Amino acid sequence: MTNYTVELNKLVKYFGRRLIFDGIDYSFQSGHVYGISGPNGSGKSTLVKIIACLISPTKGSIKHSFDGKTVEEEALHNFLGFVSPYLFLYDEFTAEENLIHVSKVRGIKFNKERSDFLLNEFNLYERKSDLLRGFSSGMKQRLKFAFALLHKPQLLILDEPTSNLDNSGKEKVYQFIQSEGKTKLVLVASNEEADLALCEKVLELQNFKNLQPRQ
Amino acid sequence: MKSFALFKKDWESELRTRYAINALAMFVLVTISVIMFSIGDEKITEYLTGGLLWVVIFFSAMSGLSRAFVSEEERGTTLTLQLIASPTTIFSGKLLFNLILVFLMNIAITILFSMLFDSFVVKNLSLFIVAFLLGNIGIAISSTIIAAIISKASSKGTLYPVLSFPILLPLILTLLELTKFSMDGNSISSSIVEIAVLFSYDVIMGTASYLLFDFIWKD
Repeated sequence: MTNYTVELNKLVKYFGRRLIFDGIDYSFQSGHVYGISGPNGSGKSTLVKIIACLISPTKGSIKHSFDGKTVEEEALHNFLGFVSPYLFLYDEFTAEENLIHVSKVRGIKFNKERSDFLLNEFNLYERKSDLLRGFSSGMKQRLKFAFALLHKPQLLILDEPTSNLDNSGKEKVYQFIQSEGKTKLVLVASNEEADLALCEKVLELQNFKNLQPRQ
Repeated sequence: MKSFALFKKDWESELRTRYAINALAMFVLVTISVIMFSIGDEKITEYLTGGLLWVVIFFSAMSGLSRAFVSEEERGTTLTLQLIASPTTIFSGKLLFNLILVFLMNIAITILFSMLFDSFVVKNLSLFIVAFLLGNIGIAISSTIIAAIISKASSKGTLYPVLSFPILLPLILTLLELTKFSMDGNSISSSIVEIAVLFSYDVIMGTASYLLFDFIWKD
């Protein structure tokens, strides 16, 4: 099992004068599936974006470590797999072309065997040569999992992972969360009870809301 | 290599969507047609043709080069890029794409000018080529970083030429001067100050862009 950790130190996030969350101190370790939950607007997506270093916190810091060594922000994309409803792939490319381009831009050789395996697992193999603009939202969501898992990341961040998916798609996602969570670090941000049932620990964001206005 | 892969992705995407190429081609054709209609049978001076060449190049750049980042932002794929590459890779890839686009566009504009305007006569071709090369690099660098800045704004279309004008003005003025020199037949050695200004502009803009891009790209 690999040793990937994410430490959140006194995280505070404001959007303008509106406080999203305040004082999150938490540590995530590989080999576990963590949940992040809270009502709409509680900052689940904001928190996962901060963890993925896509946006900055107003105060506080995040530290990513892999086998005891700090992972620099510049290199984080090599360790990270990310799925969310607000992630979009390229409509003008086919499913397979998307994965080929993504691999090359990451600087890794395209692993056709793994790509075929993931496309097959997510029931997209037959449509791998079709342009994405002809895909349904559920199919696009399935492809995002192939996109996130292709480079075998140490940290998997799943924001509302089952949105737009049918029951078979949800089952497949749950299987992957469970299998990846045995050796890697998986974070699931969701309000769905079925999604959170897979998580060993759940971070409730409504507990981190100090109602003091910003000074 | 990663930057080249990103450039390749953008190039293939452009060949399929033809967003920037079509916008640029239409703009160039319309602008040159308008100039020709407005001139009519009048004889215009060499210097004026040289000036018009850079006016057309400046506005053509404004119409197409912002696509590098704006198209990613509009399609919502900015996040995808952030998840697969470092800011340096992204900037280098986008810059490479804009460089190729600028060179193709400006070569086409220059050929059209030399075919359509009798007064567009360059006596010292080597000086013109030096100015053209350094000028295109400067335009590509400036356009790429400005495109990155405006891609986050709500009024992208208006902001791009407004922001570009003060940044590209020193470059365009120097290019106008060098084009005039090349039409006069001046030697490269006698125009070394202007060439040095162009070179310095490219180096400064390149360095500043790479340093600033991290801050522009995040948040």
